[in-house]
Amino acid sequence: MLSSAIILFREVLEAALIIGILAAATRGVRHRGLWIGAGIWLGIAGACLVAGFADVLNQFAQGMGQEIFNAAVLGLAVLMLASHNIWMARHGRELAAHATSIGNAVSSGTQSATILVSVVGLAVLREGSEVVLFLYGIFTQGGTTANSMLAGSLIGLVAGIAVGTLLYRGLLHIPLRWFFQATALLILLLAAGMAGQAARFLIQADVLPALIDPLWDSSALLPEDSVIGTVLHAMAGYDAAPTATQALCYGLTALVIWLGMRYASPQRVAR
Amino acid sequence: MRKLLSSAALLCALAAPLAQADQDVTLIIENHVFSPSELRVAANQKIRIVIDNRDASPEEFESKKLRAEKVIPGKSKGLVVVGPLKPGSYPFFGEFNEKTAQGVLIAE
Repeated sequence: MLSSAIILFREVLEAALIIGILAAATRGVRHRGLWIGAGIWLGIAGACLVAGFADVLNQFAQGMGQEIFNAAVLGLAVLMLASHNIWMARHGRELAAHATSIGNAVSSGTQSATILVSVVGLAVLREGSEVVLFLYGIFTQGGTTANSMLAGSLIGLVAGIAVGTLLYRGLLHIPLRWFFQATALLILLLAAGMAGQAARFLIQADVLPALIDPLWDSSALLPEDSVIGTVLHAMAGYDAAPTATQALCYGLTALVIWLGMRYASPQRVAR
Repeated sequence: MRKLLSSAALLCALAAPLAQADQDVTLIIENHVFSPSELRVAANQKIRIVIDNRDASPEEFESKKLRAEKVIPGKSKGLVVVGPLKPGSYPFFGEFNEKTAQGVLIAE
C-alpha cells in the first residue's frame, strides 16, 4: 500500500507542480479553470491512449520509440513555455502597469494562456501514461493486495494534488509587483529542466552522446528520490548525476529564453 | 489491426541495424522477479539489454546508476542500451513491483 502511494505521489507530483505554476501564471485569465480543466482531461485521455499502445510505441525507432516520444513531448513543452515567456516579456509589463486589477492585466493574455494550457495537457500526458499502466497492472493482479494497492494509489494521488495546490496558493501570495517576474523565472526553470530531461531520453535512446558521464554526482548530498530532490527535479530539472549533454541543453535553453525575454521587452528597446 | 501494426513495427525493428551494441543480453521478468537477478556483462562496451516481460502486468525497468527508465507493457519486450560501463555493479529494479523486482548488473 505504501509503495503504491509513493509511486503515485511521485508521478502525480511532477504534473501537479507544473500545473500549480501554470495556474498561477494564468491568474486572472477569463475561463482559466475551464482551460486548465480541459488541458488535464485531454492529457488523461492522451495518457490512456499512449498506455494502450505502449507496446506498439516501444517498437518504433529500433525499439527506442518510448524515449523518442518522451523527448518529443518534452521538447514541444519547452518550445511552448519559451514562447509564452517571451510573449509575456513583450506585453506583460505594460499590461501590469496599466491594470487596476490583475484580472485586466492577464485577460488580454488569453492567447498566451492557451499555450500554457497545452503544456498542462502535455505534462499530464507524459506522467499520466505511467500512472495508467501502473494502475492497469494492479487491476490485472486482482485480489486483496490489489485493493490495498488501489487505496495507496488514491492516497498518493490526493497527496500529489495537495502539494501542487499548496504551491499554487503560495505563489498567489507573491506581491503583484514581482508576480510576473517570479512566474517567468519559474517557467524558465521549468523549461530548462524539461530540456535537460529530453536530452536524458535522447541519450538513453543512443541518439545523443553523453559527453561527460556523469558531470557531477550529488546523490549523496541530495538524492533525487528524496522529497526535496523530487520537488527540485519537477520544478527546476534537478538531476543528481547529470551528463554534460544534459547540463548543456539545460544551460542553452535557459540562456536562449532569457535572451529572448530581454530583447522582447519594450523597456529595453526604449532605453 | 493492433497486432498487425506491432508485428510490422517489429519487422522494421529487426530489419534495421540496431544501435551498434557490442554485447546482447536478455533479462526476463516473470512473477515480478528478474532472471537472472545478477547480469554479468563486459565493461567498456555498449550493452543491449532486451527485457522480456512475461507477466501480464506492465513493469518499469529503472536504474539510477545506469540512467535507464523504461516502461515494458505486459507480455512484451523492451530494449535498453547502456554503456560503455566502467567495471562495477549497477543495481536496477522494477518500479511497479519494487519489493520483488530487484537485480544488479555487474560490468567486469
